[in-house]
Amino acid sequence: MSGINSSLARKYAMALSGLFLVVFLLQHFIINLTSVFSEEVFNEISHFMGNNPLVQFVLQPVLIFGVLFHFMMGFILDIKNRKARSQGYAQNNGAANSSWMSRNMILSGITILSFLVLHFIDFWFPEMNYKYVQILPEDPNRYFEEMVHKFENVIRVITYVISFFFLMLHLLHGFSSSFQSVGLNNKYTRGIKGFTLAFSIVVPAGFIFIAIFHHLNA
Amino acid sequence: MASLNSNIPKGPLSDKWTSHKNNINLVSPANKRLIDIIVVGTGLAGASASATLAELGYNVKSFCFQDSPRRAHSIAAQGGINAAKNYQGDGDSTYRLFYDTIKGGDYRSREANVHRLAEVSTNIIDQCVAQGVPFARDYGGLLDNRSFGGVLVSRTFYAKGQTGQQLLLGAYSAMNRQIGRGKIKMYNRHEMMDLVLVDGKARGIIARNLVTGQVERHGAHAVVVASGGYGNVFFLSTNAMGSNVSAGWKIHQKGAHFANPCFTQIHPTCIPVSGDHQSKLTLMSESLRNDGRIWVPKNIEDVKAIREGKLSPTQLKEEDRDYYLERRYPAFGNLVPRDVASRAAKERCDAGYGVNATGEAVYLDFAAAITRYGKEQAHVKGLDENDAALVKKLGQEVVRSKYGNLFQMYEKIVDQNPYETPMMIYPAVHYTMGGVWVDYNLMTSIPGCYAIGEANFSDHGANRLGASALMQGLADGYFVLPYTIGDYLADDIRTGSIPTDTPEFDAAEKAVLDKISLFLNNKGKHSVDYYHKKLGKIMWDKCGMSRNAEGLKEAMAEIKALREDFYKNVNVPGTDTEFNEQLAKAGRVADFLELGELFAKDALERTESCGGHFREESQTPEGEAMRDDENFTFVSAWEYKGEPGDAVLHKEELNYEEIEVKTRSYK
Amino acid sequence: MNLTLKIWRQANATSKGEMVTYPIENVSPDMSFLEMMDVLNEQLINKGIDPIAFDHDCREGICGMCSMYINGEAHGPDRLVTTCQLHMRKFKDGETITIEPFRANAFPVVKDLAVDRSAFDRIQHAGGFVSVNTSGNTQDANNIPINKHDADKAFDAATCIGCGACVASCKNASAMLFVSAKVSQYALLPQGKVEATDRVLNMVKQMDEEGFGNCTNTGACEVECPKGISLENIARMNREYLFATVKG
Repeated sequence: MSGINSSLARKYAMALSGLFLVVFLLQHFIINLTSVFSEEVFNEISHFMGNNPLVQFVLQPVLIFGVLFHFMMGFILDIKNRKARSQGYAQNNGAANSSWMSRNMILSGITILSFLVLHFIDFWFPEMNYKYVQILPEDPNRYFEEMVHKFENVIRVITYVISFFFLMLHLLHGFSSSFQSVGLNNKYTRGIKGFTLAFSIVVPAGFIFIAIFHHLNA
Repeated sequence: MASLNSNIPKGPLSDKWTSHKNNINLVSPANKRLIDIIVVGTGLAGASASATLAELGYNVKSFCFQDSPRRAHSIAAQGGINAAKNYQGDGDSTYRLFYDTIKGGDYRSREANVHRLAEVSTNIIDQCVAQGVPFARDYGGLLDNRSFGGVLVSRTFYAKGQTGQQLLLGAYSAMNRQIGRGKIKMYNRHEMMDLVLVDGKARGIIARNLVTGQVERHGAHAVVVASGGYGNVFFLSTNAMGSNVSAGWKIHQKGAHFANPCFTQIHPTCIPVSGDHQSKLTLMSESLRNDGRIWVPKNIEDVKAIREGKLSPTQLKEEDRDYYLERRYPAFGNLVPRDVASRAAKERCDAGYGVNATGEAVYLDFAAAITRYGKEQAHVKGLDENDAALVKKLGQEVVRSKYGNLFQMYEKIVDQNPYETPMMIYPAVHYTMGGVWVDYNLMTSIPGCYAIGEANFSDHGANRLGASALMQGLADGYFVLPYTIGDYLADDIRTGSIPTDTPEFDAAEKAVLDKISLFLNNKGKHSVDYYHKKLGKIMWDKCGMSRNAEGLKEAMAEIKALREDFYKNVNVPGTDTEFNEQLAKAGRVADFLELGELFAKDALERTESCGGHFREESQTPEGEAMRDDENFTFVSAWEYKGEPGDAVLHKEELNYEEIEVKTRSYK
Repeated sequence: MNLTLKIWRQANATSKGEMVTYPIENVSPDMSFLEMMDVLNEQLINKGIDPIAFDHDCREGICGMCSMYINGEAHGPDRLVTTCQLHMRKFKDGETITIEPFRANAFPVVKDLAVDRSAFDRIQHAGGFVSVNTSGNTQDANNIPINKHDADKAFDAATCIGCGACVASCKNASAMLFVSAKVSQYALLPQGKVEATDRVLNMVKQMDEEGFGNCTNTGACEVECPKGISLENIARMNREYLFATVKG
């Protein structure tokens, strides 16, 4: 195998890291969703996730690696792909043969990356600071309050809404596409397409709902 | 002249090829590495020959003018390939394929060659399947067959309407394997400009790189011309735009005899001409005649109404239609050979029954087949056989699975849906049975120069049966030439590589360069296409589906005059150091302008009608072609003497040992 | 019909090209696109202007030589056709039509609208074949029964004409559809399975070396392919390559 340098290996890498992030996204979504129904459950799960050594020292680094890998690979691929056609078309009708989402994954990807930076600044850095830098005493009931507090700011909520809209666009192409990348295209493809379509709309819409919900209830 | 020795082996017909193979000289594997062979053309014959010669160990240089060997016009063959496999158990055999081919060729082909062709036909199918050619299969997983014109068995193997494509891609893949191994050196976008003779033997070619304009010398111990047919002498034909006679004509000019140039196949089922802008004609496979019925209206009033658009053909009642092939030839019906079907269409259209605006079209109707298949499917699926809409839908599905790509092609070109309304078709130039004269070993009258596939004349006589061109191309390339060429090359094992810095190469290259500069400096007033179109019109009007002495004489004079005008007034823009399509075309049309005259001369000489060659002076009272076996059972091999009109005729007598020469009848 | 044509002119591979505008009048709707180009060229020659170079040969949609990017799409706006099968009736009177060569770094321009697609040939040299000698002494053709479904699928993949529309249409100039069609044809047939592992590894390696982009599953290739080659083939190749890599 020509390693990660082969175009197909890169394709698998994008697909598999993407699928991994989809799984993460789903669990993140489910946890967030609990905040709408029950402050206690949300706090309980958040406390578990924030203090379980397996989550913190195994899953969390894997996740960060997955995120970084997916982004880096995406950028590398995009640069390579642009290099494959240095003289562009004077007129190109991409809309005639492909979806906007599929042609603009790098755009939606960059938007999501910018959001992640914001999101880290909002939640992850303070969290890391709290736990591992300041080493403040653990309060299992602080998570809900902290989160709701963040959503008081309307600009932040609007930013989140826009970001999740781009996440939806990214997922609309990326999720089903990753099955094709790993070689799944058969009689189940229609079902997979339907499922990924539903997922790509429901999950980002759910995140948007949660953000607005907490903003309005704050 | 001694050069017309056809070198047919002695012995009974069915043993000739085997005993010949047993007795000819071979070149040892070690010595094959010392021998270079040039193959010009990468169609079925050229690609298969290149691959096989390289596998045997020779060093092969292959040339094609297209940007890839895969584009050669064999790719466009649609219907299928014949082989005497008798998988259908319908009484087929090597002998029957041989017999059908000779009879189909109207007893003007060489018996020994045709028998060999029939013998190796079965190997072709085995070979192609082993290469991964996806032939059509039945539900049991075995190969399917269909029937073609002029025969009473189903022996045609096919891959939908793209058989030529699949076979060529198979041969191309075999070539690729050898290119990858370095045994074939491939020259894409190169055109052969001339043959180089050293001591009377073919020792190389002058080629031109079409992208850079560079003129190159290539030496070899033998040169194989597999450059296809010359149907484009008619300008409008089903050939590709680039198909040309130049390689064949250059070797003719250097001493290879040109045989039976007037034997041209006019294919009955092509899409009619739509206007003056037409650049080429599109074939609708003969396989369509398996299921399509050909007709014109019985009454001239209906013809008028249809032409004016007041009546649609589907409205015409059964009794008002003239299924003229079924009427005239009840035994073979719509599956008569091509020459017969073409003339019958012309006869109806000349009588005023043509169904389109130009009056040159007949219907090919699938309504009956759609109903028949639909009922069959309804029955198989346990559905209502009397539900007309359902039957039509099911029937259309069957027809689509068989001919889908052809129907789509038709719809794109004509803008009519052939599932709903009958196709309009008219005959068009399709294939040339004539070509460079070769002996049994496929060697031309120049030692060391071979011609294979459509470029030679040998197997199809005066008319080719459907699905036999692919068979011949692959037979020559895979299974005949690679053996017979060894017989000649066995004497060359000590020759060493052929130097190209010799006076012979100097002279040939200079002639090529002179011709190029003549074209570029002419600065005349007419484009190359202007001349090509004029030539085509003369050919179609006077050397087309029916010919007479007066017209042929006029054609000769007109072509000669056109040729002279061409050299005076042709305008070739651009330079010789760039990709210059006009310059390449000028060279090709120059050769067509010579060939055209020889064509007419050959047609004039042969006062009989046979196969695709119909002389009005020689017909039965019913208008069928009438052969003159007593005076014309020979191959006309023309020797070049400068002007085409001065060419000298050599006759190769045709002797039929195994077959009784009869009047061809498909009634 | 009267039309305005904006056509890419480029003298050779190394020179800089530009779009040049040519008006053309009295175009018949029954003409094919290339016949319209013939008429234009005839007019240019008569005016002493260098005619436009473009690749074409069979003009019936099977040789794969014609290769124009018309109004932003490979082989123009019609579906399942090559440029030579595109007819002028698909355009409106007075329309401006933009005509460019198929663009990809792996397809350098030869002149004007003609490009060099020999990269495709080289990919085929790397493994687009079954290693069987053409001796004719193989087993009888019917000794290998092949499931009709697989045979039909192999045929569908094999109908690729190698025109390069997939590369031209792909925003990444990826050749995956072309390569996967060949890989699929052989992967589906027992004759091809013997060398399947090496074939897919070698062909993909060559594809990458030629400088084609990566596939991002936009699906543009499938839509623009004149032969309707399916994306299923790409999935199959992805699978084949994965297994081949694991197998080593």
